[in-house]
Amino acid sequence: MIRVVLPAHLRNLARIDGEVHLDVDGQITQRSVLDALEAHYPMLQGCIRDAATQQRRAFVRFFACQEDLSHESPDAVLPDAVVDGREPYLVVGAMAGG
Amino acid sequence: MSGVRVLVGTRKGAFILTSDGKRENWQVSGPHFGGWEIYHVAGSPVEPNRIFASQTSGWFGQVMQRSDDGGLTWEPVGNQFAYDGDPGTHQWYDGTPRPWEFSRIWHVEPSLSDPDVVLAGAQDAALFRSVDGGKNWAEMPGLRAHGSGPQWQPGAGGLCLHTILLDPSDAMRMWIAISAAGVFRSDDAGKTWQPKNRGLRSGDVLPEEQPEVGHCVHKVALHKSRPDTLFMQKHWDVMRSDDGGDNWHEISGNLPTDFGFVIDVHAHEPETVYVVPITSDSLHFPPDGALRVYRSRSGGNEWEPLTKGLPQSNCYVNVLRDAMAVDSLDDCGVYFGTTGGQVYASSDAGDSWTPIVRDLPPVLSVEVQTLP
Repeated sequence: MIRVVLPAHLRNLARIDGEVHLDVDGQITQRSVLDALEAHYPMLQGCIRDAATQQRRAFVRFFACQEDLSHESPDAVLPDAVVDGREPYLVVGAMAGG
Repeated sequence: MSGVRVLVGTRKGAFILTSDGKRENWQVSGPHFGGWEIYHVAGSPVEPNRIFASQTSGWFGQVMQRSDDGGLTWEPVGNQFAYDGDPGTHQWYDGTPRPWEFSRIWHVEPSLSDPDVVLAGAQDAALFRSVDGGKNWAEMPGLRAHGSGPQWQPGAGGLCLHTILLDPSDAMRMWIAISAAGVFRSDDAGKTWQPKNRGLRSGDVLPEEQPEVGHCVHKVALHKSRPDTLFMQKHWDVMRSDDGGDNWHEISGNLPTDFGFVIDVHAHEPETVYVVPITSDSLHFPPDGALRVYRSRSGGNEWEPLTKGLPQSNCYVNVLRDAMAVDSLDDCGVYFGTTGGQVYASSDAGDSWTPIVRDLPPVLSVEVQTLP
């Protein structure tokens, strides 16, 4: 089971309380996790990654295990602690006021 | 008794203000979608409880929300807005080519006859259409296929398609307006488009005397009984056309300044027009710190200030292009919202004004539904 933490605006949009728990088939990568997330919550399509290019939106970051994964390959395997559910995969909105 | 529902889009959510036909006591619901920019909220004329809201964020992109119960509950519908084919380039602020890039929906225009059909105006400028209640969207490519797209350029708010007018007497005819490209008209239900900017002058930013495109049109309005007559608030100049946009002439007359954003027409008097003059393109607040709506009862040129109930000193708010609307009750109501978060209402065609709310986030849009 993969744990995913979303920013408040996306939790509200998808009507999610707390963490998302996902069963993900195959290799556990950023791409496979986000694919599974969007399959469960179609309203998130385009909100984290561009719907056409699948590129990370400019003001969104990906963290896990105290590491910034934003610029890692989307097909790189995620850390063991994320794969076995000890640590969440974090989708973070870039810091800004307003 | 009939009533009104005022749909307000703000920088931090949507609000719905409702009242009976007296328009004295108001119920306020919201924020809906708190924290998101709501550029526009609009209801279907066919099924008034069907309401669309354009929800957008620089972080998380575009979401289209739909309510089928008058705004009590909402569901996100489709948010995929893909340009048709290779969108090419438009001009950037410095005149260099810039690839078309979608960022948000500025304006939603539900069909006059089919509750499942809705049009949407985008930044970067394009017209999208849904025929399934907002679930799926397809660009109407004929607009950008006109060929002048490489000459379109963004206004300060971006290259936005902000106005969509449907001819109530001819389902084949519609107009759109883009900042800064100008007005375009289709006579074949959106398949093909022609620029309709003859008579507009933009000599402060465009070198040509009568350029076909490139005009910073801020808003266009019509009265449903006279769709050949269009009223326009341009970046500078208030304009009028009596031939469906083929030719325009200036009607700024005695306005204290002809810069502004909003323009609208009285529900029952096709020659009664409202604007809110703003000092200039560099001073986006009312002249003299006094918030005044100006009304012409003669279709332009002669304007009277409407001040009763509006702040007449130390007021430095703006009224953005989609932030004025009218109801169609017997005594026509007029509404507008400000960047200071006030939504003002007049139940006597503008003679006097009362704030419905005073402290919302900056108001981006105001629409009104007149309910049976």
